[in-house]
Amino acid sequence: MSRYFTQEHEWIEVDGEVATVGITEYAAGQLGDIVFVDVPEEGKQLTKGDDAAVVESVKAASDVYTPASGTVLEGNAALADNPALVNEDPEGEGWFFKLTLRDDSELEELMDEDKYAAYVARL
Amino acid sequence: MSDTAPNSEPAHELRADGSDPVEELPPQALPLDAWHRAKGGRMVPFAGYTMPVQYEGIMAEHLWTRDSAGLFDVSHMGQLLIHGPDVIAALEALLPGDLKILKPAKMRYSLLLDEQGGILDDLMVTRLGTEQPFGEVESGDAFYMVVNGATKYDDIGHLREHLADEITLNHLDDRALLALQGPKAVDALDRLLPGVAALTFMTAGAFDWNGHALWVSRSGYTGEDGYEISLPEDAATAFADAICAEPEVKPIGLGARDSLRLEAGLPLYGHDLGPDTTPVAADLGFALSKRRREEGGFPGAERILAERAAGPESKRIGLIVEGRQPVREGAEVIDADGNAVGRVTSGGFAPSVQAPIAMAYCPPALAEAGTVMLRQRGKVHAARVVPMPFVPHRYVR
Repeated sequence: MSRYFTQEHEWIEVDGEVATVGITEYAAGQLGDIVFVDVPEEGKQLTKGDDAAVVESVKAASDVYTPASGTVLEGNAALADNPALVNEDPEGEGWFFKLTLRDDSELEELMDEDKYAAYVARL
Repeated sequence: MSDTAPNSEPAHELRADGSDPVEELPPQALPLDAWHRAKGGRMVPFAGYTMPVQYEGIMAEHLWTRDSAGLFDVSHMGQLLIHGPDVIAALEALLPGDLKILKPAKMRYSLLLDEQGGILDDLMVTRLGTEQPFGEVESGDAFYMVVNGATKYDDIGHLREHLADEITLNHLDDRALLALQGPKAVDALDRLLPGVAALTFMTAGAFDWNGHALWVSRSGYTGEDGYEISLPEDAATAFADAICAEPEVKPIGLGARDSLRLEAGLPLYGHDLGPDTTPVAADLGFALSKRRREEGGFPGAERILAERAAGPESKRIGLIVEGRQPVREGAEVIDADGNAVGRVTSGGFAPSVQAPIAMAYCPPALAEAGTVMLRQRGKVHAARVVPMPFVPHRYVR
């Protein structure tokens, strides 16, 4: 399994053809208290860079983009009742959606963990 | 991930036309700037200054204020001293409140109005007695006025233009302004300033703290009991340290200030109020004092009194949104055919209500149905029309 990151602070963890997407700890910290998450439905076709989900904090609404193209397998149903999961465990239980990847090569443009850490350190 | 346009910004005192009069200039530092940073405040540009939007988190700060006491730095607001011959008549020509019956050390909420009855600013005005810390005044009446930060220079220009030359207007820009809000504010502040517990809501008085001349009123912008404290800027850091050493008190940022005032049903200038809104449309009829309604003689009186008799075309209402998704400023109120007939002017998740709430302007007939439909980024939300405040006021009268 390997994990990649975007400049817009999404993470994507790839396990074979299936990937899990969420927002990073940095992003969750910047957003503050998260009060609502809207995740995509099963079967939705996404192209890399599409708006895939919405996350709302007390302060603001933000779009979450998909880091790679594919078909949504499931959205994280736990977030409907407990959106604060994204604050508590953004890179684990607070994942947003899973998808089957259409094109592995899209991942090459993303950052690995070290590169992302260096990117965040400069912000 | 990125902020959604267009209504994703935190509360920000814009002009009603959307322009920001101060955004082009680099934001200035307020007297407590270093203190906020040392306390972990996340600083953002706001109304021409850098100010703390939050410390530990908006939700926690909001709930702490409702349960205990929160310290807010509102030094960006304009503090004005107005005095001189016939100052009552001069001010009454610019706002619809009855200042004649206002007793010394009593304050009231009022509005600066333009000739069409549009709202230029909302403010607090206090009649000063003999004991006050703001400096020498000639014999006669004197008033202390607190106006919004983003509008203060426009207000000063408007006042100076319309007040006679004999009337003195001092901008007290060497004073900081703090608010201590919450049910335990009285306990904490009375330890530092014995006697403040005896003040009642919308009453003020002069107090001494370590040789510094303070002006303290029992008032605020959260719906809770609490105080607003005007003090010399060079005393602000020591005072903030002293009050935050009290176990009831934590510093609170702009984010919670916005969610608290929204729950309290209190409008925010530049969002819920502006030159395009009148006191009647804004549901601020209480600011039109009885004598002033009978006598007229304030800007836009004819239009405002006619609107008061006939009812406004559009009115500020309170909404609880169904579901959990916040509906924010800029969302549309739509009719049964999907036409936009009104607009959300403030909205967000309300920590004490545990639901999304909003203020909107819409035709009264539509609001009477009890439910309205809102459209935000193409998605329609149902919202229940409810009386404001959303959380009961707890003023000590």
